[in-house]
Amino acid sequence: MTPKRKKKLWILGLMLAGVSVTVGLTLFALSSNINLFFTPTQIQAGEAPENRQIRAGGMVVEGSVKRDPDSLRVRFAVTDSNAQVWINYDKILPDLFREGQGIVAVGELNADRELIASEVLAKHDENYMPPEVAEALEAAGKLPSGSQESSEATEATY
Amino acid sequence: MDILYLPELGHFALILALVMASVQAIFPLAGSLTRQPLWLAYAQPAAWAQFVFLGISFLLLASSFLLDDFSVVYVANNSNSALPWFYKLSAVWGAHEGSLLLWLLLLAGWTFAVSLSKGLPADVLGRALSVLGFVSVGMLLFVILTSNPFDRYLPRIPTDGADLNPLLQDPGLAFHPPLLYMGYVGFAVTFAFALAALWSGKLDTAWARWSRPWTSVAWAFLTAGIALGSWWAYYELGWGGWWFWDPVENASLLPWLLGTALMHSLAVTEKRGLFKSWTLLLAIATFSTSLLGFFLVRSGVLNSVHAFANDPDRGLFLLLLLGLTIGLSLLIYALRVPNLKAKAAYSLLSRDVFLLANNVLLVVATLTVLLGTIYPLLMDALNQGKISVGPPYFNALFVPQMLLLGIFMGLGPLSDWKSMQWSKLKRKIWLAGLLSLLLGFAILPWIYDGSWSLAVALGLTLFLWIATTSIRDIWEASRGKKGWKGISRSRWGMMGGHLGAALIVLGVTMVSNYGEERDVRMAVGEPVSVKGYEFTLVSLGQRQGPNFTADTAVVEMRSDEGKLLKTFTPEKRLYQVRGMPMTQVSIDWGPLRDVYVAMGESLDDQAYAMRIHYKPFVRWIWWGGFIAAFSALLAVTDRRYRIRVPETAPAEAGTSRQQG
Repeated sequence: MTPKRKKKLWILGLMLAGVSVTVGLTLFALSSNINLFFTPTQIQAGEAPENRQIRAGGMVVEGSVKRDPDSLRVRFAVTDSNAQVWINYDKILPDLFREGQGIVAVGELNADRELIASEVLAKHDENYMPPEVAEALEAAGKLPSGSQESSEATEATY
Repeated sequence: MDILYLPELGHFALILALVMASVQAIFPLAGSLTRQPLWLAYAQPAAWAQFVFLGISFLLLASSFLLDDFSVVYVANNSNSALPWFYKLSAVWGAHEGSLLLWLLLLAGWTFAVSLSKGLPADVLGRALSVLGFVSVGMLLFVILTSNPFDRYLPRIPTDGADLNPLLQDPGLAFHPPLLYMGYVGFAVTFAFALAALWSGKLDTAWARWSRPWTSVAWAFLTAGIALGSWWAYYELGWGGWWFWDPVENASLLPWLLGTALMHSLAVTEKRGLFKSWTLLLAIATFSTSLLGFFLVRSGVLNSVHAFANDPDRGLFLLLLLGLTIGLSLLIYALRVPNLKAKAAYSLLSRDVFLLANNVLLVVATLTVLLGTIYPLLMDALNQGKISVGPPYFNALFVPQMLLLGIFMGLGPLSDWKSMQWSKLKRKIWLAGLLSLLLGFAILPWIYDGSWSLAVALGLTLFLWIATTSIRDIWEASRGKKGWKGISRSRWGMMGGHLGAALIVLGVTMVSNYGEERDVRMAVGEPVSVKGYEFTLVSLGQRQGPNFTADTAVVEMRSDEGKLLKTFTPEKRLYQVRGMPMTQVSIDWGPLRDVYVAMGESLDDQAYAMRIHYKPFVRWIWWGGFIAAFSALLAVTDRRYRIRVPETAPAEAGTSRQQG
């Protein structure tokens, strides 16, 4: 082997090693960080795993929001009109959070099938429905009429 | 009543621009196939005309905004008679249709600047303009067919507009999209040069020399645009973060990472004639990711915190455009590239190899981000469920990649092209290495915090390593015959760019490790302690603004001894036209730390949920970004880009392009 080829082989080998390590790490990181979305119906049916980060969402049930008087702790239920799930949260709710609004929460289920949320998301646009929630409602056969058109009429941009 | 016809004239100008773009695209192509130099020469005037017509179109849309012509759908949706005039202007690119028009105008501006460069051989220039023409035709068709900003509401004209999204009523955001787009679109020029070079077969180093300044200018704009966007998210969204790994942010990061790789590999190609085919591929890939980002953001496929209208037609059209661009350019690449052979030799210990490592790492980082961004889309498309990829994925992979990259950032400038002795390299880096390890790894974390953690130690070591090697490099340059005056601007530019990166490393390290974010319930008169400061909510109130109502709060920050340090006045605004709430943050800023107070939600009459954030060194992240962007522009003004071909444009065009 000429020195030149040897050098190229080294570079190639290093690159290959680097790439394979990266691919391995990437797949590992990806598999431990993907958050699946579950509808309240699925959660109540026991399809969602406990103690693993998931996302859950639906419409906030009117009158369900209960606040702790001394801290930020808050509890509310979301529904896809078939079933509902209680969500516990101890940080600041997003600006657009209100009853009747579609939201998505990230967190882990406890033994009572309540979600201990680490993040609650509501969209910038008050007419916008998170796509998962829209689909969940659709699956349950109850999409509030008009929400689709209005989400187009008031598009927001970055 | 003449003004009523302005939108139609604008629409007409847009169509004329399409015609001109078609001429600019097709005539040089036909001319070079049939060897008719005259046809090739059509490209220039067509490019000028396209620029003029797009300019007219843009000005007419702007005047519809200024004249409050709410018969135009786009104006009615994004403006309001009560809006101040400068926000009416920035509202022109405040939503989908208008921002596309801005994109096109900027592309035409870049094309115009390219068409003025006299250093290029006529056939290469004609072909590059042809490529730019095709890009423009595609986008113009997209605008005219699916997203016409001049559509009317007839006959029922609204009496007033729906107002500009309050998030966008901010000076930071007025400039953010144009800067970002200047960057995205600027990479089209490098892309065009690459295809023109492949097409004509003239793949000498001259090609790399033409491309370098254009790439640097585009990169500078993109960097400034991303930094500005990050800053805006920090103080206007009220979340207190500076980067969220949001898909829309990632979409801008992809071309930035590849663009950074491209700048460096162009240097190798120009100086050493190496990596030609790789550089060409990068040029194609960089612009492709610009388009990909555009597709992801504009088609509504992304599930992002940024809400966008979902229109399948638009998405399909953009996907088609993206596929055509990537497919055709890769086809040309595949047909032409086998003829390329690099003759130069290089040894393992050389700047060539260090820059290669830089490229590999940046490409891997790009793939990491790309995978995390489109993985949820792929899974959804394959019916594998709705998933999202969280920030831990990005942090776990991106951070170590950048650490490695940082090591090479220090080695690169101090090494020689082609080959060098290890003893020589050692002589140059030992002091910088020792200083960074001693201060950054061992001493500074203790001094700042009284304790030691690996993350901080690594971050600070890297910061010092990049900074000290850059300074060492510029010091070596100053030992030449002419001393400090003899240092070229591109050398200063490189140092500035690397120093900017070092400052970003510093800011990110400090704010991620020592920052404190507290969401607290604050009742009037009850103090809350965060990071050694005492915060007291003094009062809650309400106030009426021009187009909003606001909850207001007065929060005092005191030191341990009870000395009043700062009074914060954050607000929670409700913009009436859209019924949209907005957080007005109050910040006590400084070079060493920001203290950030934002109102969350009202809990009862006497209490409010508040965010109190302590952010050490957070500003250095943006300052670093702007320093790097400025340095790239400085490097472009280097004499050598003007000296070899006296009248060549890049240096001057750098300024004329900014108007585009």
